[in-house]
Amino acid sequence: MTAVAVEQRWRRRLERRKAFGRLFVAACQAATLLGLVFLAVLLVDVVRDGAGYLRPERITNFPSRFPQQAGYASALVGTLYVAGIMSLIAFPVGVAAAVYLEEYAPPGRLTRLLEVNIANLAAVPSVLYGLLGLELFVVGMRMGKSVLAGALTLALLVLPLTILSSREAIRAVPFSVREAAYALGATRWQVVRHHVLPYAAPGILTGTILSLSRAVGETAPLIMLGALQYVPFLPRGVLDYFTVLPIQIFNYVSLPNPEFHRVAAAGILLLLAVLLALNGTAIWLRNRARIRW
Amino acid sequence: MDAAVEARLRPEVVHRGVAPGIPVLGVEDLRVWYGAQPALRGVTLEIPERRITAVIGPSGCGKSTLVRAINRMNELIPGVRTEGRVLFRGQDLYGPGVDPVEVRLRIGMVFQKPNPFPKSVYENVAFGLRLHRRLGRRELDERVERALRQAALWDEVKDDLHRKSGLELSGGQQQRLCIARALAVEPEVLLLDEPCSALDPISTARIEALMEGLKRDYTLVIVTHNMQQAARVSDFTAFLLDGELVEFGPTEEVFTRPRDRRTEDYITGRFG
Repeated sequence: MTAVAVEQRWRRRLERRKAFGRLFVAACQAATLLGLVFLAVLLVDVVRDGAGYLRPERITNFPSRFPQQAGYASALVGTLYVAGIMSLIAFPVGVAAAVYLEEYAPPGRLTRLLEVNIANLAAVPSVLYGLLGLELFVVGMRMGKSVLAGALTLALLVLPLTILSSREAIRAVPFSVREAAYALGATRWQVVRHHVLPYAAPGILTGTILSLSRAVGETAPLIMLGALQYVPFLPRGVLDYFTVLPIQIFNYVSLPNPEFHRVAAAGILLLLAVLLALNGTAIWLRNRARIRW
Repeated sequence: MDAAVEARLRPEVVHRGVAPGIPVLGVEDLRVWYGAQPALRGVTLEIPERRITAVIGPSGCGKSTLVRAINRMNELIPGVRTEGRVLFRGQDLYGPGVDPVEVRLRIGMVFQKPNPFPKSVYENVAFGLRLHRRLGRRELDERVERALRQAALWDEVKDDLHRKSGLELSGGQQQRLCIARALAVEPEVLLLDEPCSALDPISTARIEALMEGLKRDYTLVIVTHNMQQAARVSDFTAFLLDGELVEFGPTEEVFTRPRDRRTEDYITGRFG
């Protein structure tokens, strides 16, 4: 083959190589768009149904037989209450477990077993947590269908996620920084207290908030728990009955009167607003406080 | 602090009066394994006080392992096993009842890649001091300044000690900050594990000049795979190969009249 022929063949193949590259990018773009398109469809649908019903009384009113007056006051307060107490439980426990696994646990079979099982727990269907909560907290510890029982159940649900994301954040602190502290004569506790935790804090918070927002959207475990669907009062103590936004929405959707479906759509918008606020905080924290090593 | 009081609290300070050249560290038949992989196969050498000792050798020969064994940093890595003795002023650092925290306080370390904390320059230097002692504001300020001056960094950072993060400095400045941080706790020995390998020639020259000044007060051990650097800065040179000490002696002798054929091959660039 002549040199010219060899070069021509190389050029033809180069064109083909580049074409494959363009095809790949197009496929990836399509995949990205797919998710966004469905989100947009969902949003448009919900906004069309619910925007007209998104009025102040949706927030101030309790559930009612009349769609015009039905609101989410108890559900909104219940969601915030349950999520708040859940965080107070899940955050310290999750971070402590993550610190133990990353900084203290001796590498070995037992630690591996712990790690694998925590990862598995994160994949357990949330309904099962509801059953566990019913058995353990509602009946076993006689908490009843209370805010505390709900918060504890959701805390168990998000604990594996909190541990996993906190471990990820702790692992992102470079070993070289730990070494620097040890080389100055820091004890293990001082390394964790002055370096690992402060530098991992933004990542830990981000991960925890994201797992918290998962809990806020959960319905199944709380239904299992027996959370009420009609709560015409605000919970005042941790042992009061409660309901949360997803349950209230579910309740309205299952009513025959189509007007209630629009009330449900307004509720979905409320829930989305709460989730957006949480996720927005997480992103803000991540961008503001992240350390670029 | 009154000199007599300091001498009582830190008896080793008295020894600083002893004529330089006396061995301060004795490594005896040191063996280290990473899992089943041997890294040091029985190294014995004595490191003289207030001198610069260079450790040279090709990659993977155990240079870093050797200096990290001296201040017990290796045991932070899972699966490392150490045998033999490291005598520091006669005391075995691997003996029973020896706390690695105290070892590391007295034998400081500077690493290959500059690793400042993501805190202000001031906090970087003050961290080690705060770990061990409760100092008043004024004394802390003084010690931070002294350490930064010793590391020839003071003039470049004095205007924004508290505002500038250690990570915002240039690579060479970061490494001098790490040296200042290590000096602040007043160790007796400073181990430098390839401190210039990530730096440009100008920064390297500054650190070498700095080491020359530091040897009046400190015993320095520097790992380097730059042979010119070893020849320029060190008084003694140890040549390691495959975890064994091939040659150890005054730098001039090692470089001009090496006793071992392998040393000669290495320093003339025939391998490594």
